[in-house]
Amino acid sequence: MNELRAQINEWREAIAQRIPAAPRVIGGRWSRVFAPAALAFMIVLPFFFSSASGFMNATIIALAYVVMALGLNVVVGFAGLLDLGYVAFYAFGAYAVGWFGSSFFFNAHVSVLSSVAAGSIGIHLNFVLILICAMIVTSIAGVIIGLPTLRLRGDYIAIVTLAFGEIIGTLAVNGSDIHLGGGQTLTAGSLGISALDLPYFPGVGKFGLLSLRPWYWLILTIVVIVLFVVRRIRDSRLGRAWIALREDEIAAVSMGIPLVKTKLLAYAIGGAFGGVSGVFLADFNQTVNASQFQFTFSIFVLSMVILGGLGSIAGTALGALALSYINYYLIPDVLNTVPHDLGLNFDLTDLSIGIFGFLLVLVMVLRPQGLFPEQRRRLELAGTVASEQTELAGAGSASVTGGGGTGGGFG
Amino acid sequence: MGSWGLIIALLALPVYYGLHDLIHGYQTGFINGHAVIHHDLTLLGFNLLEGLSNGAIWALIAIGYTLVYGIIELINFAHGDVFMIGSFTSVALWGALGITVATGPLGVIVGLVVVLIVTMLISGSLNVLIERVAYRPLRNAPKLAPLITAVGFSFVLQNVGLLWNGGNPVSVSDLVRQGDKLFNISGVTVHRGDVLAIGLMIPLVLGLSWFVNRTAPGRAMRATAQDPEAARLMGINVDHAISLAFMLGGMLAGAAGLVYALYENNVWYFQGFQAGLFAFTAAVMGGIGNVRGAVLGGLIIGIAQQLADFRLGAQWTEAVIFVYLILVMVLRPRGLLGEVTREAG
Repeated sequence: MNELRAQINEWREAIAQRIPAAPRVIGGRWSRVFAPAALAFMIVLPFFFSSASGFMNATIIALAYVVMALGLNVVVGFAGLLDLGYVAFYAFGAYAVGWFGSSFFFNAHVSVLSSVAAGSIGIHLNFVLILICAMIVTSIAGVIIGLPTLRLRGDYIAIVTLAFGEIIGTLAVNGSDIHLGGGQTLTAGSLGISALDLPYFPGVGKFGLLSLRPWYWLILTIVVIVLFVVRRIRDSRLGRAWIALREDEIAAVSMGIPLVKTKLLAYAIGGAFGGVSGVFLADFNQTVNASQFQFTFSIFVLSMVILGGLGSIAGTALGALALSYINYYLIPDVLNTVPHDLGLNFDLTDLSIGIFGFLLVLVMVLRPQGLFPEQRRRLELAGTVASEQTELAGAGSASVTGGGGTGGGFG
Repeated sequence: MGSWGLIIALLALPVYYGLHDLIHGYQTGFINGHAVIHHDLTLLGFNLLEGLSNGAIWALIAIGYTLVYGIIELINFAHGDVFMIGSFTSVALWGALGITVATGPLGVIVGLVVVLIVTMLISGSLNVLIERVAYRPLRNAPKLAPLITAVGFSFVLQNVGLLWNGGNPVSVSDLVRQGDKLFNISGVTVHRGDVLAIGLMIPLVLGLSWFVNRTAPGRAMRATAQDPEAARLMGINVDHAISLAFMLGGMLAGAAGLVYALYENNVWYFQGFQAGLFAFTAAVMGGIGNVRGAVLGGLIIGIAQQLADFRLGAQWTEAVIFVYLILVMVLRPRGLLGEVTREAG
């Protein structure tokens, strides 16, 4: 035992000597000075824009996608399970609002802490209750989706999750043909469930559709909470178990990490964030339209995670902001008139998917590790380290993680 | 247990509808106001035949996925769109050659053979180009990075298709009169389209198998798929072998594109999306990296699709196919015929 310990210490020292200290892009100073400053800036941001501007609209959507991407990052980035069916969680979240925050169930008359008068048609729960419902439903859905993938390896997981996502999407579209009795259908299909309850908080009041600021602060609050939670989970026992499974499943299991529980928790927790974001996005768009739940959505969110830096919280958030702004603001609002100004007769929106695709290719080729890679990956990719030492670094990751984890910040 | 469960799962739909037809019968029309009810398996046979024809197209595309995955472990998301560009190219080519419905049979046959060859070359080269630009620079990058460039290229190609033929499906001339009846197999009418689709798929697949298994470049490809490092040490140019896999996959996708245009009589910039999804599913179902598996998977998916389209309604097709896939994955985690990739050796 002592010999082993001595050997490990020797390796650790060797690693410490061989690997130059990880380049700290964001160190302790970030969390103490820069993060509060950034937060303060984000809080006052709406005052610089008119309350209904296109930029505010894009920002709110972008922040919702940050939550979505952070959730997917738990599954793909932390646990290393490639999930191509993340849209399922968006759908469940959206239907949580559609079902429990509108007059869709016209046979029911339920109103709990809601702005809608008691006795009105439909189920009307308070926004926070809907969020909780969505988290419960998406966690269960995550476990159900996770179960068949337990025996699978690598990209087979991708196709099974993809299949689930598509099945949920198909069910949503065809839900208008599924009758629950009393003339009630499961979903409203592609017609969509609209006129959703606006968020209402006792003491604060009800949100409006014309003033975007409350929506902004709501999603900002959610983002901050999610960032905090995700960071804490990553550094927890569970988070380290995910990373161990990701790096080497067999080694992790033989060290006593419970495979089933750990993997299923990744799907459940990742899914819950998707559900939260789905609730918000659906309510903000004021419609739950089944045709939104397409494979393309999963790919869009996955692009944010990988482009930002797989496994990196700051990178994922950054990737989500970048791609959302490009898609919802830069191409449709800002650059759309450029061709006309140049005397060309077409709209840039005709090229939007092409430009988007081109940017994906360009960024990935220029920065294969993502915009803001995870600290651990940066270590692994450090070219000066011989491959044997890299493996050692992976094996002795406890010390390496400790360094990265206590550094603080969003890294 | 697994094998039997699998066989039962795969046969469930056709057997159910076969029994349904035999017991309850199906209606073909009205004579003097009375519904004509048949109690036989002709309708099921018709479904299976149509399914095989559709499946032949998916099989050709699926081989491209499986070749590429086998050699560089990448889900080539742009592959479905290469197939779409293949369709567009072939339609443009036969337009340029002046082949119309009025052209004589010989002209159509010779013209289409030329179109087929040129389309295959163009699609193959396009696939090679994509590999060169978007995947090769990321050979040593994290594993998921090329997945995103693949998605990026898929979007770029879709945009090309969108600008080329507009946002809606465009109908194209029915050059081979694919709906014409050719002959009967115990009551099931075989149409020209079926013969075209299946008749083109079989020689192409046989040719591919021959090339991969019997020629030196094919052997280099297989060696690279098995162990790129050792292959390099043995003097194989790994880059060439990978390019070759993309070339072959792209060529088959181009051929599938031509068949699709002739069979469905319309083309659409978004056709590659669903085709890609189904073909990828087929490749995984058959056992990824396995060419025969891809063909088998393609045919199964074609039949499942046809049964779902015809019996349940097209809106349920995707759900049926993906339920099939999940069943296969649960009962046989490495695909029907087993995977042929690095880890599995």
